[in-house]
This record gives sequence, C-alpha cells and structure tokens, in this order.
Amino acid sequence: MKMNRYQADERGYYGEFGGAFIPEMLYPNTEELRQNYLRIMGEPDFQEEFRQLLRDYVGRPTPLYFAKRLSEKFKARIYLKREDLCHTGAHKVNNTIGQILMAKKLGKSRIIAETGAGQHGVATATVCALMGMECIVYMGEVDIARQAPNVARMKMLGAEVRPARSGSRTLKDATNEAIRDWINNPVNTHYIIGSVVGPHPYPDMVARFQAVISEEIKWQLKEKEGKEDPDYVVACVGGGSNAAGTYYHYLDNEQVGIIAVEAAGKGVDSGESAATSALGKVGIIHGSKTLLMQTGDGQITEPYSISAGLDYPGVGPMHAHLYKSGRADFIAITDDEAMAAGLMVSQLEGIIPAIETSHAFAIFDHRTFKPDDIIVINLSGRGDKDLQTYIDYFKL
Amino acid sequence: MNRIQEKMRSGHKLLSIYFTAGYPKLEDTVPVIEALDEAGVDMIEIGLPFSDPLADGPTIQASSTAALKNGMHTELLFRQLKGIREKTDIPLIIMGYFNPVLQYGVEAFCKKCREVGIDGLILPDLPLDVYQEEYEPLFKANGLLNVFLITPQTPNERIRKIDEGSDGFIYMVSSASTTGARDGFGPEQRAYFERIHSMGLKNPQIVGFGISNADTFAQATTHAHGAIIGSAFIKMLTEDGKTGIAPFIRSIRKSP
Ligand SMILES: Cc1ncc(COP(=O)(O)O)c(C=O)c1O
Repeated sequence: MKMNRYQADERGYYGEFGGAFIPEMLYPNTEELRQNYLRIMGEPDFQEEFRQLLRDYVGRPTPLYFAKRLSEKFKARIYLKREDLCHTGAHKVNNTIGQILMAKKLGKSRIIAETGAGQHGVATATVCALMGMECIVYMGEVDIARQAPNVARMKMLGAEVRPARSGSRTLKDATNEAIRDWINNPVNTHYIIGSVVGPHPYPDMVARFQAVISEEIKWQLKEKEGKEDPDYVVACVGGGSNAAGTYYHYLDNEQVGIIAVEAAGKGVDSGESAATSALGKVGIIHGSKTLLMQTGDGQITEPYSISAGLDYPGVGPMHAHLYKSGRADFIAITDDEAMAAGLMVSQLEGIIPAIETSHAFAIFDHRTFKPDDIIVINLSGRGDKDLQTYIDYFKL
Repeated sequence: MNRIQEKMRSGHKLLSIYFTAGYPKLEDTVPVIEALDEAGVDMIEIGLPFSDPLADGPTIQASSTAALKNGMHTELLFRQLKGIREKTDIPLIIMGYFNPVLQYGVEAFCKKCREVGIDGLILPDLPLDVYQEEYEPLFKANGLLNVFLITPQTPNERIRKIDEGSDGFIYMVSSASTTGARDGFGPEQRAYFERIHSMGLKNPQIVGFGISNADTFAQATTHAHGAIIGSAFIKMLTEDGKTGIAPFIRSIRKSP
C-alpha cells in the first residue's frame, strides 16, 4: 500500500482536489507561506512553544471520555474527544495558536481572519491578545446580526470586527473580504484562515495543527482500550478542520473507518442545505479546487444550516478526496435530527454540545454498529454560543 | 496574427476598457462595445460576472452582482456576442474567474470564444502552471491568447517565466491591491514601472488597476504600451449611462 494516499502532495493536491487557484496578487503571500511552513513547523523552538501553549493555555490534552450512557443506549463503545473543553470552547484555537506562532516567525505584525459563527474569530482575537498583535476579523453583516455574543467577545478581546457587505453577506463573503485585505496588505499581514480550506498550503497547514486531536486519541485510547485504533472516528464537517484533526493519524490506516457528518439543513433536496458532498460539483472556491455548491453557470450558492459553523458552500480538499475515493462515509444530518441529538447528549451525558457537533451525534439512526465497536466522536465545541438557538427551538 | 498582437504593434499608447457584461442593463453588452469602439478605444475587456470576485474592489463587485441579478450568464454572453465581428474589428478579451469557465467546460468555452470572435482571455485565478499543464493546447487551438498578471511583488524570475509563457501582452497590476480607482501613483509605483521597463521583456506591458483619468493614464503609460481602465469606467457608466462613454474616452485621451 502506498503511504500518505490521503494527505496533500507537495503541490497541495489531495487526489484531484486542492492546489492554489489564486490571482497573481496573492502569489507572493501564499508562496512565502508555502516555502516556509514545513520548515518552521519542524523547528524545535516552534514545536516547544506550540506544545507549551496547547498545554498551559488551551488546556491540552483534552480528555478522551468514555460515554457510558450513550454507549448503553446505542450498544457500542463510544468515546468523546473533549475539544469543547479547549480554551474558547472549541477546537478552533489549536489552529489559531499554531498560526499566530507561524505569523510571528514570518515577521508579521498584523492579523486578519474571517469568521461565520464567530468561533474562529474569537479564537483568533484571543491569540492576538495573547501575542499583542493587531487583529481584524471579517464577518458577514448577516452573521454579525445573528451572532451578537461572539461579536462582543471579539471586541472585548481587542479585535476590530469589519462587516462584509458584499454578496450574500455571510461566511464566504467574509472570506472574500479577508482575501481582498491580504491582497492589499501583502507584506506585514498574515491571514489566519479558520479551516482546512483556501489555497495550498492552508489546508495542509491547518490539518497539521489540528492533528494534535488524533495524536492524543491514539495514546489515550491505548491507555483505555489497550490499542491505538478505534473502529470508527466521527466528526462533523463544515470546512473540515475538526474532522481533519480527528482523522489525521488514521487516514492511511484503512482498518479505521472514517465517518464525516455534514449538515443537511432542512433536507438534502430541500434547496436549503449545506451537504456539500451530496450537492456539490467540482469547482473553485477561495483558491482551492474542491466540491462546491454552485449553479449550473458556476456561481457559488448560499448554503443553509441551523448551525452557522457548517454553513460553507465548499469543503476542504482533503474531504472532497475522502469522499470521492470512498475512504470516508459521508452522512447528511438535518437540523431537526441535530437538535434532537444535541438535547439527547445534554441529558444523557451532561454535556451541551455546539450545534455543529450535535450533527455528529445523530448518526446512530443512519448506521448500525456492533456492540464491541469502538467509536470516537470528536466533540468539537460546547453549546454556550448556541443556547439561544436551542432555547428558541425547544421553547425551553 | 491575432487581433491583440496586431494592435500591440501600433505606435501609440493603447487604451483598453474593462466593463461588466450585462451591466447596467442585461442588453447593454453589445451597445457598450459599439460605443467604446466608436469612441476610439483600442481594446475591450468584457467582464464575465462572478458571484465571488475576490480580486475586485467594491465598484466591480457591485457591477458583477447587478449583472448577475439582471440575469447575465455565460451562454447568454456568447449569444449576445454572436455577430459582433460583423460590427467591429477591435480586439476583444473576456476577463473573468475560472470557476464559471470550468463549469461551462474549458473546451466548450474556448470553442465558443473562437466562434464569436474573442481574441484572448484573462482568468486571474487560473495559475500559470495549471494553464500550461492542462489547457494551453486548447487555448492555442482556438486562437486565444491567455494573459497573465504581474504585480509589484512578483519576483523577477517569475516575471521572466510569465513572459516566456505569454504571447499577447502582460497585464501589469499597478500596485498591491484589488481593482479600484485611485488618485495617482506614488514613487513606489513609478519605480516598479521603471524596473519592469528595464527588464526588456518580449511581451508588451499594459498597466491596469487604479487608472481613472488622463493623469493616471499618462503616468501608467510613460514606459508601458498601454493601460486599462475598469472601475472608473464602470463608475461613470453607473452615473451617466452610455451617453457618457464618448466624453469619458475623450477626457482620457486629451494630453494632460
Ligand atoms: C464547534 C464547531 N465545530 C465545527 C465547526 C466547523 O468547522 P470545521 O469543519 O472546520 O471543524 C465549527 C465552526 O465554527 C465549530 O464552531
């Protein structure tokens, strides 16, 4: 078996997906990063600082928790990887810690980021405060109105939140604005992208920073089950960063099943969905060739999901390849199924998950498992940010 | 010889205009081309609107959004352009993002371009290496010149590579920026214009981004062979409509 079949090659391709489809104005920016990221990530002092911050600031390793009541209910051995216990409440901070250190190494003084629900924006504002760097977060005007608490958190942390007023005024447009900013500020600025999307080397770099998730799962599972490999790893997929981190060290181990959970919104065929693998065609978004929701004319369409964090019309090129190659099993979960699963996990395990994460807990109506199957579900974030949505939905 | 290459041989400084197809009104594409031709511009870039134009500033973003709302799409553009070569010989270039071309089918797109009489393409997010590996023969077979961009940050060796891979002209982006009108060029830009001039490239250079009036046109073309006006033209078109085209072009042409 050829190794690394599911990781990026040196030009940033995962099978036919990935690459860097960027205008020349961005070439120097991404080229600087491309030429340096692996070297910098390999430097001992970089690794030391990254590990130290993950430990002392983020609170890693996050627990791998055997979910007893869930396991009883679904008759399998279910473990939860507790990324919700990371500082700022989600896995996003693993990436922003890595990238802020990268930015420092590259001598940058100004940070830009995009955000949809605000989780990545908060994680970026947090590390900018930590490092004393200027921070500008682009956020769609529509999302600013929907996600007021996270806007307030970013401001409290000293970031400037700039509304993206173009197009549909949501995550994809915020990403466009961040890219435009980077075009206009090519020298002093680093763009901290929030998922395994964008032009090479972003998908690979972000996946490597998030890979700490599966690195920990391996030794934690060894401690608990006497073996490193579960039967399945499960994660929700928006852009795909928490999923990439959860799968990373298992990608080329075909004994481990990979389950990717997408947001079906009101149903895959309802016209209001974010199930990119089912609805997307090969296309180019934000500099990456991937599966993309678009019109027959190649205009990018607006996805829908009750969870703002899964509301992206594309998907990372790694996941497009996992889908196309059949390596991963993709399941689309509706709003209603996700909300019900979120309530179930809250009341069975005493953990309120982010609505993004709740999607991953709804797979049990779609797949059956054997009683001795070991299933690791990445609990990518906590539900504090979503309380209002839960309350409105359940009329609590 | 391709119409673009022929035009590059002429002695005067070339004025090229960018506008968005289907803007301000859906049926304006051909009338705008005719008015520009009549007003004496040298070359026209027809913008194929895209939902996510990430290299463009607010003016062209807005015109793209409006054109899409008007109902503009790729097939319609080709329908509108049918017969254009009975009306004018001016070099015509389609400028757009790669995704709509990819969805249309690159081969089908190139064939259609040939059919209606398009001379070249500018697809800023189709990188040089991908073009050369996958699409160059298709472009060439259909008589299409592919135009690449360079910026003040593009390293010299890459400029040489782009020069090597081009055979129409090089699109010199004036500064590190998205598209948009500016008031003038500073010493940094002038140094860049001079640096590129002194490289002695085989392809002529046409400067774009930030050119809005006679002054900036003159500054941009001190060394270069011509310049492209986009945002400033669209702004004028938004405010004055098609009757503003001839006076606008006259105002650029008058020596400062
Ligand atoms: C808790 C949580 N999970 C998942 C996601 C989706 O992103 P990704 O697919 O990159 O992990 C988000 C995005 O905001 C999130 O906040």
